[in-house]
Amino acid sequence: MHIPDGYLGPTTCAASYAVMIPLWAVASRKLAQSLKSRQVPLLALGSAFSFVIMMFNVPIPGGTTGHAVGAVLVAVLLGPWAACVAVSIALIVQALMFGDGGITALGANCLNMAVIMPFVGYGVYRLIAGASPTTSRRRWVGAGAGGYVGLVASAAATGVMFGLQPLLAHDAAGRALYAPYPLSVALPAMLASHLLVFGWVEALATGLVVAYLQRHAPTLIAATKPAVEVQP
Amino acid sequence: MKAHRKLWIGLLVLSVLSPLGLLLPAWLGAGSAWGEWSAEEIKGLIGYVPARMGRLSSLWHAPLPDYAGPGASPLARIAWYAASALVGLGLVVGLSLLLGRWLARNEQSTGVDN
Repeated sequence: MHIPDGYLGPTTCAASYAVMIPLWAVASRKLAQSLKSRQVPLLALGSAFSFVIMMFNVPIPGGTTGHAVGAVLVAVLLGPWAACVAVSIALIVQALMFGDGGITALGANCLNMAVIMPFVGYGVYRLIAGASPTTSRRRWVGAGAGGYVGLVASAAATGVMFGLQPLLAHDAAGRALYAPYPLSVALPAMLASHLLVFGWVEALATGLVVAYLQRHAPTLIAATKPAVEVQP
Repeated sequence: MKAHRKLWIGLLVLSVLSPLGLLLPAWLGAGSAWGEWSAEEIKGLIGYVPARMGRLSSLWHAPLPDYAGPGASPLARIAWYAASALVGLGLVVGLSLLLGRWLARNEQSTGVDN
């Protein structure tokens, strides 16, 4: 899901940076208000988990590959704005150091994986977990479902970005200048693989870690109670 | 803090196991992720390389492109993949600790703790 350089035209790149820069500013302000010093190692853990889990490419035999992102797990533990920061850091290191995801596409990749994914996934988690106790089954089920829906939403957004490119930029003969496949191909392709396979990988990773933490470090799960998180 | 230590160890174990993310797709004959094809792959798929794609794609040269270093042997590829995971882990942890500490700097002055 890391869009490389060359797949998105200048309009999409500029637009996604224009959306991301204020969002990064808001995320910093939110964390400056709410992040405790003792939570900083957890932020680093979350960012590191996201970085490493993305290296586990899961194959569809004879087909494509994909991976989990871990954004919803961080959102469950520290809230969606912290997840935005943690996953953005992982994506920036991946792009600059390893060429995984483009520099021009960094805004787009952060929008898809560090904003849409944690916010959508966290919403699903809150909906299912509600105000249930930290030991409740609703917590890990909600986290797993959040991971699934969050990753699929992120893949859909990526598919839309790919699919808009031939519309936005083509030569006189109608040949694409950047990503070549139209929306009718790009969106179903991104959706199908993530609905059928990678979403479940994300659900499993997110749900398992939350279930483990419920047993061994329940205070971490308690960090985002509705009462703490909902306030603006 | 005992839980934290276990989680860090878990991450190190995951880093060492990360080459599975390289080997499994190769074993099962899976290709590139959708929309992350090389210029040659794109040419094979649609018959041409989109005109402006190359200009942007050569914009940045990453130090360890695709989590690989020098050496094309399978063993070198595996070793570089795991080494990349550890390097990346170090960078990500360093950056997020720095940023996190800076963001949490006002905690004392507000005096709010829950």
